[in-house]
Amino acid sequence: MTHTDWPLWEVFVRSRRGLSHTHAGSLHAPDAELALRNARDLYTRRGEGVSVWVVPASAVTASSPDEKDPFFEPSADKPYRHPTFYEIPEGVKHL
Amino acid sequence: MTATVPTTAALALGDDALVLSHRLGEWAGHAPVLEEEVALANIALDLLGQARVLLSMTGDEDELAYLREERAFRNLQLVEQPNGDFAHTIARQLYFSTYQHLLYAELAAHEGPFQPLAGKAVKEVAYHRDHAEQWTVRLGDGTDLSHDRMSRACDALWRFTGEMFQPIPGVDVDWAGLEASWLTSVTDVLGRATLAVPEGPRTGAWAAGAGRQGLHTEPFGRMLAEMQHLHRSHPGASW
Repeated sequence: MTHTDWPLWEVFVRSRRGLSHTHAGSLHAPDAELALRNARDLYTRRGEGVSVWVVPASAVTASSPDEKDPFFEPSADKPYRHPTFYEIPEGVKHL
Repeated sequence: MTATVPTTAALALGDDALVLSHRLGEWAGHAPVLEEEVALANIALDLLGQARVLLSMTGDEDELAYLREERAFRNLQLVEQPNGDFAHTIARQLYFSTYQHLLYAELAAHEGPFQPLAGKAVKEVAYHRDHAEQWTVRLGDGTDLSHDRMSRACDALWRFTGEMFQPIPGVDVDWAGLEASWLTSVTDVLGRATLAVPEGPRTGAWAAGAGRQGLHTEPFGRMLAEMQHLHRSHPGASW
C-alpha cells in the first residue's frame, strides 16, 4: 500500500483549559474527516472539551531557513522599535 | 467449568465485547496504515474494558474469560467471525457497533443493572459506530476494487445479523424497535456508500446465529485456543 492518496496533515490541539491551539504533530489521512478522527486518537486520548484543527501540510507556507537573518533580524540597535519600557498593570493577563 | 457458569444477560453482552476485542487485537501490527492501527486498538481496548465490567457482574472475570469452553460462551456468532480483509473487519464493525450503540443508548436511558456501564460506554460505542460508518462509505464509494470488497464483506456477514435481535432474558429493551432502527441506519450508510443492502435472509433456516445458545462457528474454537493458551498452561498463576 502506498501513501499516494494519504497526504500529510498537521494537527493543532487546544486543551480544555488552553487558550490557543498548539501544533501537536502530524499524521496521514485520506481526507479531513478521517484526519480529525485520527488526530483525536493519536493526540488527545479522547480527553473531553478539546478542540482540534487539522490542516493539509501542503496548505502551510513556512518561512525559509535561508532567509532567516534578513527575515527575523530584530534591529536591536533601534530601541524605539521595541516598546518594552512600559510597566504592565497587574490586571493584564496573557500579554 | 462449562456446567457451573449460569447464563446471564451480563455474560452475553460481556462475551460480545470480549470476543470482538480479541479479534480487533489481532490487527495489531497488521493494519493498512499506522493511524488505523491505533484506531482499531483503541476500539479493542474500549471493548475489553466493557467486557471486564460485564463479566465481573457474573463472576471472576479471568476465570470466565480463560477457563470456559466454547460451548459456554454466549457471544453472537457475528463477533467471532475472522477479521478477513479490512472490508470484512469494517462490515463486522458496522453491523455490531450500530447494534451496540442503539442497545446501550436504550440501557443508559432506563434504570437497571446495566445503566451505569451503558451510561459510560455509550460514548465509546458512538465513536466505534462513527468509525465504521466513515470507513464503509470510503471503501464502498472508493475504487472499483474497494467497492467490490466492501460489497462482498457486507453480503458475507449479513446472515449473522438477525441473531442480534433475539431477546436476551434480563435485558429489558424494545428488541423489535431496536431492529427497525438498526435496519434504517445500516440501509442509510450502505446507501451513502453506494452499496446495495444484501438480499440474503437474516433470520430463519438459511441464516446463521445461535451463539447465544452456545453454538459457535468453526473459527471460534481456534480463536479461544489462542486466547486461553497461556492461562490454561499455568492455571492459578497471578499476572
